[in-house]
Amino acid sequence: MKLDKYLEMIRIRFLMMLAYRTNYYTGILIYSINIGAYYFLWSAIYGSKEQIQGLSVTQMTTYVAISWMARAFYFNNLDREMAMEIKEGRVAVELIRPYNYLGMKTMQGLGEGIFRLIFFSVPGFILVYLLFPIQLSWKPDIWALFAVSILLSFFINTELNLLTGITTFFLYNNTGLIRAKRVVIDLFSGLLLPMSFFPGWAQEVMRYLPFQGISYIPSMIFTEGFTHHQAFEAIGQQFLWVILLFIPIRLIWSIAKKQIVIQGG
Amino acid sequence: MNAIEVKNLRKEFKAYSSRSGLAGAFRDLFTRNYKIIPAVNDINFTVKQGEMVGYIGENGAGKSTTIKMLTGILTPTSGEITVNGMNPHKEREKFVQTIGVVFGQRSQLWWDIAVQESFRLLKKVYKVSDEQYNNHMDHVIKTLDIEPLLDKPVRKLSLGQRMRCELAAALIHNPPLLFLDEPTIGLDVLVKLKIRDFLKEINEKYNTTILLTTHDLSDIEALCERVIMLDEGKVIYDGALKKLKETMDDGKEVQFQFLQNVDLTQVTALTAGMPVKWELNEKEQLFTAYIEDQDELISQLISKVVSAYKIKDIKINETSTEELIRNIYEKGAVEVG
Repeated sequence: MKLDKYLEMIRIRFLMMLAYRTNYYTGILIYSINIGAYYFLWSAIYGSKEQIQGLSVTQMTTYVAISWMARAFYFNNLDREMAMEIKEGRVAVELIRPYNYLGMKTMQGLGEGIFRLIFFSVPGFILVYLLFPIQLSWKPDIWALFAVSILLSFFINTELNLLTGITTFFLYNNTGLIRAKRVVIDLFSGLLLPMSFFPGWAQEVMRYLPFQGISYIPSMIFTEGFTHHQAFEAIGQQFLWVILLFIPIRLIWSIAKKQIVIQGG
Repeated sequence: MNAIEVKNLRKEFKAYSSRSGLAGAFRDLFTRNYKIIPAVNDINFTVKQGEMVGYIGENGAGKSTTIKMLTGILTPTSGEITVNGMNPHKEREKFVQTIGVVFGQRSQLWWDIAVQESFRLLKKVYKVSDEQYNNHMDHVIKTLDIEPLLDKPVRKLSLGQRMRCELAAALIHNPPLLFLDEPTIGLDVLVKLKIRDFLKEINEKYNTTILLTTHDLSDIEALCERVIMLDEGKVIYDGALKKLKETMDDGKEVQFQFLQNVDLTQVTALTAGMPVKWELNEKEQLFTAYIEDQDELISQLISKVVSAYKIKDIKINETSTEELIRNIYEKGAVEVG
């Protein structure tokens, strides 16, 4: 079967993550501290106000918690890994394999994501749930929509990472670009601040960019900040971005393959 | 059938140079100087199925660049390549299924996980059935003696252990063509011997074509009947290793060490009239006579010297392949009649 090798790759990445367990324990700690810090910050901002921009303080806390937990799933360092592989010439080994390099990278990201979802987001969320006032919905339809939505977040984020990674073929050193991309995504995806807190014109601009599909949409679905109708529309938008981003990747990849220079040896 | 056909193959790289000084650095921001350098310069050769060919050359001669084009990693600037009946770059995914590659300087196994996990993934990647895998790999694993290494993570293996696993990994799908880019670099003699024996065996058993680049000429001598020699991107010799040796053979060298004090003029005078050239290594008081490879001449020389002086040690050496190759590079070309 054709998918076989890709599924095997997910398993391999899973094993690799298990080989470095310490990273994983410190990760839980860092995420919990982050969520705690944002909780206290937002409590101070809310003060005695019931609502800001249509969100209550409990919804806000839930939003922050779920954004970070979802991030554990969609976040990966594929761009940095690709940059390393290209700079050190290890990409040569990838190109002599009968598989699609970018497809394999995506699967590695997915393996990493699933690992973190199971061993990191779930226990982390339970911890956060016990510590902070969080409102959880138990409606199965919300959970289903959320599941679809974070899967699409993963693909949008991964596609942006692949795009950034491929630029190494042209720029040779793109550390700055990778760092810039990360800041842009954290800010414009709604991880640090829900989109509804941005000024009106910025919200308008964001509507035409893929970033809010990464964090804002799944988090809003989970906190029930969206109506059903809005949720479907938002998921449609995410899906559109997954397809749209595929085009430049194919384009740049085929150019890159032609003018590849393998470093060293 | 030809496993590899290469016609007028050429690969050019842009080599950027930096201007000097601060002002130069600023100018470099906008326009940069570069030269176009042909790393591989119009080469032609064919390799038949089942041949073992040594592809040799100095560092930077273009060996690795050629291998990368043959394996479909790099696109040639111009020229034609047909490997296993396919164009490596155009039909990459189908093509790489028919080759195995070992890069001595970089690992193709996953660093943090056990060797057998890498094998398992590669087995899936190359769509090898359980039956094929067991038939073929059981033997490979036994011959290379890597059974006890399979459950260890690659990062914990020694270089020799890792290389043996790399070789096994390249053979999981039993490819008809094997590229080995410096497979024995940094290995000890025992591992080298094991790898050579193994390569010979699979060549005989499966008629596997092997293209080998190496700096260790003993590898080539042990394995390859044919060598292709590359210098500055051009093929300077393509043919049998034996023939190369015969044509390039400058004769033998006879080394003497004497018990008494002798100097160079004395020995030269002694053998006057004979086609001998003397050299003296002053530190070790080692006299070397270069002479044509004729039994008669050599015995004459020895008898003359021995009857005149007391001798501590005497050695007859053939010119080694290393020396031969060095001579060729110094001259820059080979003419084989």
